[in-house]
Amino acid sequence: MTGPLAPWPRALLALRLLAVDPVGLGGLWLRARPSPARDALLAGLGALHLPVRRIHPGIGAGELHGGLDLTAALAEGRMVRREGLLYRPAALLLAMAERCPPSLAVQLGQALDARSAALVALEGGGGEDEALPPALADRLALFLDLSEVPLSAVTEPVAEDFTAARARLPKVRVPAPAIADLAHTAAALGIASLRAPLHALAAARALAALGGHDEVTQDDLQRAVELVYPHRATVLPAPEEPDQAETEPESQQDPAPQGQTEQAEIPQDVLLEAALTALPRDLLARLAAGHAARSASGAPGSGAGRRGNRRGRPLPSRPGRLDGRSRIDLVATLTSAAPWQAMRRAQVPGKPGLHIRPGDIRVKRYQETSDRLLIFAVDASGSAAMARLAEAKGAVEILLGEAYARRDHVALIAFRGETAELLLPPTRSLVQTKRRLAALPGGGGTPLAAALKAALDVAQQARGKGMTPSIALLTDGRANIALDGTANRAQAAEDATRMARALRRLGTPSLVIDTARRPQDSLKDLARILDAPCIALPRADARALSATLGAALDG
Amino acid sequence: MTFPFSAIVGQDEMKLAMVLTAIDPAIGGVLVFGDRGTGKSTAVRALAGLLPPITQVEGCPVNSADVKDCPDWAEIGSKRTVKRPTPVVDLPLGVSEDRVTGALDIERALTRGEKAFQPGLLARANRGYLYIDEVNLLEDHIVDLLLDVAQSGENVVEREGLSIRHPARFVLVGSGNPEEGELRPQLLDRFGLSVEVASPTDIGQRVEVIRRRDAYESDRAAFLKTWGAEDAALRKRILAARKAVKALETPEQTLHDCAELCVALGSDGLRGELTLLKAARALAAFEGDTEVARRHVRKIAPMALRHRLRRDPLDEAGSSSRVNRALSELFGAFQTAAE
Repeated sequence: MTGPLAPWPRALLALRLLAVDPVGLGGLWLRARPSPARDALLAGLGALHLPVRRIHPGIGAGELHGGLDLTAALAEGRMVRREGLLYRPAALLLAMAERCPPSLAVQLGQALDARSAALVALEGGGGEDEALPPALADRLALFLDLSEVPLSAVTEPVAEDFTAARARLPKVRVPAPAIADLAHTAAALGIASLRAPLHALAAARALAALGGHDEVTQDDLQRAVELVYPHRATVLPAPEEPDQAETEPESQQDPAPQGQTEQAEIPQDVLLEAALTALPRDLLARLAAGHAARSASGAPGSGAGRRGNRRGRPLPSRPGRLDGRSRIDLVATLTSAAPWQAMRRAQVPGKPGLHIRPGDIRVKRYQETSDRLLIFAVDASGSAAMARLAEAKGAVEILLGEAYARRDHVALIAFRGETAELLLPPTRSLVQTKRRLAALPGGGGTPLAAALKAALDVAQQARGKGMTPSIALLTDGRANIALDGTANRAQAAEDATRMARALRRLGTPSLVIDTARRPQDSLKDLARILDAPCIALPRADARALSATLGAALDG
Repeated sequence: MTFPFSAIVGQDEMKLAMVLTAIDPAIGGVLVFGDRGTGKSTAVRALAGLLPPITQVEGCPVNSADVKDCPDWAEIGSKRTVKRPTPVVDLPLGVSEDRVTGALDIERALTRGEKAFQPGLLARANRGYLYIDEVNLLEDHIVDLLLDVAQSGENVVEREGLSIRHPARFVLVGSGNPEEGELRPQLLDRFGLSVEVASPTDIGQRVEVIRRRDAYESDRAAFLKTWGAEDAALRKRILAARKAVKALETPEQTLHDCAELCVALGSDGLRGELTLLKAARALAAFEGDTEVARRHVRKIAPMALRHRLRRDPLDEAGSSSRVNRALSELFGAFQTAAE
């Protein structure tokens, strides 16, 4: 086989594969800003034998699943049903796929699983933090990033007749070792999902059908791997690959006949090679950042904006359509229809009852907001008290004022001696918080781990109630009491580190304020584990504090 | 046709959990948590094909077995009963409250001026299964609603001038990916069994998965024919176990074991013990035993209890190993001959 494909020929090949077997491949994940390359590619979708339907992330359940066609029903005075998009074979083109809400992702995923549709997820490639929901990304075989396509390389897709290839597709045979090769290669690249090798197999079949063979060839497999695996890779295969291959047949007794495994070794390496050549360049950086980012950002569905703990503040109802998600505001609908009754009755004589037109329909609206909770963990140990507990209290009061202005909830945890204590469960009462804070005595050890644990508990409970917690930790960082209450400095530091990791896994934004006379290195390390900004109190005047806090909370 | 249940490679714990709820729906559903592409949804959809059919009054919106159980608002004319597959109803994530509980039938209200009730998903799921994919992303108010209905077994709709109630007893089946969000403890507790699935690490198994899936995709009819016999045998075994579970003896010792285990693990409430016992009974029936023994409890304990433990942020080992640790502390590390 010739070397790896340049980006544009690769895109064209993907398009041709999609034209041969759209449903078997699931579809295409396309990351591209508006560009001639993108336009050319999207125009090329016309080659699919499925009708292309554009959908957007805000699409309603009514359009997806069908239902009453209200406009027609009201006009004709009888039931008119509308067929849902998901129940007809179609190539769905999802624009702005990075904004796809999880609920839509699940429904599209089900349609893809049912083999009734193919999906082209078009991602604008805007922000780093937004991406296609993984549930969908996993179900689409092909991935293209058009940002590297130079303008000069873009050519129009050649019009081509795919009928012969489509007819050949069901008859394409797969040689027995190919499946094992694909599975091995996927494993070497750390691809856990079993959909990937299946997609690669489908791609190889389509390639064979395109090439006019009756059996999948080694070249087909290579190209398929090159198209399907690279963007899913999570590890770079170990460099001492040959050694592993030698020991493997011995350790695994008989998943496959011995001879076959050995035979298959060489093609596997070639396949791996093919995938490696097409690996995205930023893979290593992404891998390093990937774990933290994934756990921290969480699902868009559990994000702060949408998950209100109350049903939200009612807003004035607006004209709208009943799309399955909205609720009708009956009174407002009737009110808006009322003035027209006489006129409409004259227009349609003989129709009994109210004359309601689609334009009269008003739907209810709610503003859902999630309450924020600011958890203060204040170090009241002897060392901190000596240094500057009073100043720390002052800093907390500044933050409290901020929180109050934003109508956030506040919780207060003090830690000293052997344990941390939740002085004030989440509340909105500023007065109460200030009073408890003022009465906070100092002295004793620094049970930092216990404080973090208490903060974690409060944060988790708050999440369950639909609040968005953030943690502000004020300490001088000399942890000397372990979680079990013993005075063991090494164990204490260890426990604190582990708790900090647990907090980070939860993805709660936090802020560390160093109250020691001199900034502590250990605290900086802790902040790094927490992925939190660390600011030293000496420099923390009111403005700096509130700005940092704001950044930490909104980030 | 869905992928046959018996053709799913590996994932024995998940398959066992599903079979057990099919034997005794009172166990209360299964939660499947795990990576993408491990066959979670496939297994749930395959389960539908495995369940024995139910008898219901023709046209009844809540699948009542008897005419006198039919709600009066449904205005059922016929008294005929029909056999139909056990309902497995999908609850999509973005669903509105109206579609779950049922609401005023807007179509009829607007086009014909009649006040009528349009039953929702809960009505359709009565006596069957309610499946929620990505259950951890479900919106909070829908979760509240489900909890309420699951507790009372009845769906009450009081809105827009309607006052409707109908039975809603269903088995909850949920699946999700823990990386994307957590489940609230109250909802967790509603699931009888929970299993964690991971992609198989064994290459041989992975190859077999791909091979079977590929065979299914390329020639569905032949594949279903090959596996249909195994599915039928499994269905027979489930039906036999359903009968056997009623006659099963539960020795005092087993009750004691269950209670002791739950105390040792500090699981909240008594639902843990009850589920553990029910699941152990179903397992004993499935395996053709006449008595529930410690080995059944041992086998079932992780899936019945792991989601009921208080979370310990420092125990990175996870709740499964905590259950196993408690098991070996209480009952000894290995299965003894007496079991």
